[in-house]
Amino acid sequence: MTAMLEIAGLDAYYGRAHILQGVSFAMNRGEVLALMGRNGAGKSTTMKAIMGLVPPAAGSVTFEGQRVDGREPFEIARLGIGYVPEDRRVFSELTVMENLSVAQRPARSDAPHWTPERLFALFPNLGRMRDRPGGAMSGGEQQMLTIARTLMGNPRLVLLDEPSEGLAPVIVEEMARTILALKGEGLTVLISEQNLHFAGNVADRAAIIEKGIIRFTGTMAELKANDAVRTQYLSV
Amino acid sequence: MSAVRPAQIATAASSSEPVLVVRDLAKAFGGVRAVDGVSFSVLPGTMLALIGPNGAGKTTCFNMLNGQIRPDGGEVLLAGRPITGLKPRTVWRMGVGRTFQITATFTSMTVRENVQMALISHAGEIWSPLGRARDRHRDEADALLAQVGMSAQAERACGVLAYGDLKRVELAVALANRPRLLLMDEPTAGMAPRERIELMALTADIAAAKGIAVLFTEHDMDVVFTHSDSVIVLDRGRLIAHGTAQEVRQDPNVRAVYLGSGATSGGH
Amino acid sequence: MIDLILNQTLNGLASASSLFLVASGLSIIFGVTRIVNFAHGSLYMLGAYLAWTLVGRFGPADALGFWGGVALAAVLTGLIGVVIEVLILRRIYQAPELFQLLATFGVVLMLQDVTLAVWGAEDKLGPRAPGFRSFVVIFGNRFPTYELFLIAVGPIVLLILWLLFQKTRWGTLVRAATQDREMVGALGVNQRLLFTSVFAFGSMLAGLGGALQLPREAVTLHMDLAMISEAFVVVVVGGLGSVTGAYLAAVLIGILHAFGILIFPKITLVLVFLVMAVVLVVKPYGLMGKAPVGHSRAHGPAEPLLLPADGATKLAGLIGLLILALAPLATPDHILVTLTELVIFALFAASLHFMMGPGGMASFGHAAYFGLGAYGAALAVKWLGAPMEPALLMAPFLAGIAGVVFGWFCVRLSGVYLAMLTLAFAQIAWATAFQSVDLTGGDNGILGVWPSAWAASKTAYYYLTLIICAAAVLALRFTIFSPFGYGLRAARDNALRAEAIGLDVVRIQWVAFAVAAFCAGIAGGLFAFFKGSVFPTYMAIPRSVDALLMVLLGGVQTVSGPIIGAFAYAGLHEQLMKATMYWRFGLGLSIVLLVVLFPRGLVGTALALRERWGRGGSERTATLAEVKP
Repeated sequence: MTAMLEIAGLDAYYGRAHILQGVSFAMNRGEVLALMGRNGAGKSTTMKAIMGLVPPAAGSVTFEGQRVDGREPFEIARLGIGYVPEDRRVFSELTVMENLSVAQRPARSDAPHWTPERLFALFPNLGRMRDRPGGAMSGGEQQMLTIARTLMGNPRLVLLDEPSEGLAPVIVEEMARTILALKGEGLTVLISEQNLHFAGNVADRAAIIEKGIIRFTGTMAELKANDAVRTQYLSV
Repeated sequence: MSAVRPAQIATAASSSEPVLVVRDLAKAFGGVRAVDGVSFSVLPGTMLALIGPNGAGKTTCFNMLNGQIRPDGGEVLLAGRPITGLKPRTVWRMGVGRTFQITATFTSMTVRENVQMALISHAGEIWSPLGRARDRHRDEADALLAQVGMSAQAERACGVLAYGDLKRVELAVALANRPRLLLMDEPTAGMAPRERIELMALTADIAAAKGIAVLFTEHDMDVVFTHSDSVIVLDRGRLIAHGTAQEVRQDPNVRAVYLGSGATSGGH
Repeated sequence: MIDLILNQTLNGLASASSLFLVASGLSIIFGVTRIVNFAHGSLYMLGAYLAWTLVGRFGPADALGFWGGVALAAVLTGLIGVVIEVLILRRIYQAPELFQLLATFGVVLMLQDVTLAVWGAEDKLGPRAPGFRSFVVIFGNRFPTYELFLIAVGPIVLLILWLLFQKTRWGTLVRAATQDREMVGALGVNQRLLFTSVFAFGSMLAGLGGALQLPREAVTLHMDLAMISEAFVVVVVGGLGSVTGAYLAAVLIGILHAFGILIFPKITLVLVFLVMAVVLVVKPYGLMGKAPVGHSRAHGPAEPLLLPADGATKLAGLIGLLILALAPLATPDHILVTLTELVIFALFAASLHFMMGPGGMASFGHAAYFGLGAYGAALAVKWLGAPMEPALLMAPFLAGIAGVVFGWFCVRLSGVYLAMLTLAFAQIAWATAFQSVDLTGGDNGILGVWPSAWAASKTAYYYLTLIICAAAVLALRFTIFSPFGYGLRAARDNALRAEAIGLDVVRIQWVAFAVAAFCAGIAGGLFAFFKGSVFPTYMAIPRSVDALLMVLLGGVQTVSGPIIGAFAYAGLHEQLMKATMYWRFGLGLSIVLLVVLFPRGLVGTALALRERWGRGGSERTATLAEVKP
């Protein structure tokens, strides 16, 4: 079986800075992979490069056997990759329902089909504030809305950029439950994360990135057993 | 992880008058009470952590102390003088330094020039159209940079610094006006665990040595429980707990609205 | 009395409709594409010309012919919008906003000459609308029914727009893209199609606005800039991005104009200015506008470090100055005349650079201060009988005072809001000079502004200019590296941080604005005596754009750039004017090509190339570039 997502030799620049220097890793269907590393290590840029938001200077991104690097973000999204940015970016002037409707795409046979009602079952809080503008919600509620919004596109692979950052511990726990629920639906999830406790709760495998290079890939159990890697690259 | 802090800090602080006194602070946005009658105080040389769920009013509370938002009610006293509703720059002149959640530096300047800028402002020389700014307060700027361990990078542009280093520059800038009170909004957001501990240890040392009172918001419970002398918890605009890290951690109410089981946020 | 008030109110409401159509189109386009479409007034003008032709062809007497012609003109204007978007704008969405504004101004110049070539210079009078040729009698006054029709158009269009935006998927997408277009794309929405459709829709509104004016007023080549500056005022007063705000502001401005004619018949714009001032004091982002969100998030790479000149640069500057000083020994008079003009423009450009570069405040109306300097000198000569020396002193003071007054408002805004407001002020200054015939001679200008006897020779006046301009440019340069200059850059880099270290950001920017105006005034005063005359065109939009081009050609973030840019641009301009009658088209095309080919500016492109070659070397470390809130 081929990997669902395969990234090979990905290079990306941001201005003068060489952020990604040949990033390579692969993801299997149905798994949760935690992309871990310090701030500035290249986690967000990797996700943006997959999504086409940062043009890769070299290397390839292959999704379900199809090259997607060099395509427009909207085309990549339509192929079934959903992206949840770290700074949430809800449409603050649009209501919850309108936020969801922006991302609405036709159902596809190979991915779970989401409707607002199904999403409200997953995020009961959102169901109680359907007509509230995104800007009038708390940070935790906004985080849930961005995930729900992305799911409206019926993705097969979801990229979650720092889902636990800046959230209260109780909300972080809810976030962990949500990610496991998505996995339960058969979705493949890539999260970027600095919090080892959080990653340990949700991820099957981890890839560690440092200065734009993948330094480690393995199961979470292997990472937990490897003190050297954790201290060197995660500063724990 | 241990929650013990050097003992001399607590003793140095205990006998003094509070630097910051907040009484019945209140602010509403469109009928919603974002901050509702909050009172607390901070002693010199001590670190007070402000925690609470997202949307509890922490940022609003913070911005009323630094002058960005004018309170609807209540008062804020800095060393006994009211600073309620003053502009940010006036609040700064009265001795309040601050760091931002998203690092805020002058990107077209070097690290040293960033500190020099604050020193020039502190010395009231900003309106001078003569003489080169680069030559002013150089030694003082270097001394501040040495304090935060940034001497080696003094000539670099802020735009190319690593994130953790940028946080240190911000700290040096915040110290330039010799503040009595330091306000730090999520000082360790986006940092690696070890960097977090290092930055807060540095802050605690400087605060203790200079008798600066520090108020900070934080979501990392390791940082909160390791580096605060006391903790206040805000929920829906109200103060729901106030005490030492140990006391707050045991509070069932705080566990319910904020801390949760602790499964994802560290070993407590 | 009451009937007069009613009558003027109705007049104002009628004229508000076209203004609203244009302004709302401008606002919608800006919301989604973040481009302030300078060419929107040109689309309005094209709509009017197209309607004139089409209605004439289809038969103006026939209702179907007339309304069909109007509708088709609007649709065609929308299609022209598509062409502009696809050929030009689509390529520059990532460019700095000033370059985008310049590119659309290039389109303005091109369309001016296209219109001139197709329709000729004569004004066109349109037919009256079938079915709306009669009058109704209101309070004893005859009021044309077409005016009543126009009054109804505004609210009807407002309602249609509201339904479109609130009740359709396209509207939801547009509102979402207005807040975060990148995110909309990442959610699977075809942005390109969305942008093109929005631009086409906005252009169609402008075209409709122009076509509907046909029975009301003559179609002229001046409609474009007259409309765009009013539309800017409407958008600033109403709040950028708010369609309802645009309607309210259009009504307010329309009615003010109608009553202004009764109260200050000569200077109606003064009333508009006063109201705009009041609105902006109370609500800096307009009646229905909100402070721009997300501006704290950095766009693109940070500003480069600014370092004092090294030895080689200083030497080059000194040699350049020496060559200029020795030039009269070797050059004939006509070249000396050109050099004098270039030196004056170098100071003009340097003054704009001072507020744009270190200050971060882009002005689209810097010619106002140049022109006011020129008028300051000329008025002193004409009305006070002053000789050259005191008149030259008057020049910067008139400009500086205007800078203090206008700047007070401008520095409360930022980015394109500020640029639009500066343009509106410049138009007010221009119109005041144009309309106050008794004081300024209006369009005929003020003649006979000659230097004193000792400075009358070409060489003497050249030296006078060189000494004053070189001193002023050097003073600006020293200021940039002084504590004040650093404070100005601090305010630009991060206003929040600047306030948090005790800097009064607004006041610092205000002073910089006034200093820039003062220096532009020096240049203007010298220009008045150089030409011997002063005209309102000194303050017109094209002159402001000249200054911008000089600064951008040389590079905003280099201190010596504007001087080099001034020399390069003035040379190009002169060659084009000599070469062709359609020099506007040539200039516009050059601007557009420049922006499309070098979306980061000449200097920015050079830096990018250097980076590409230098990559892999020193800065291999990952930086905070990817750290975002």
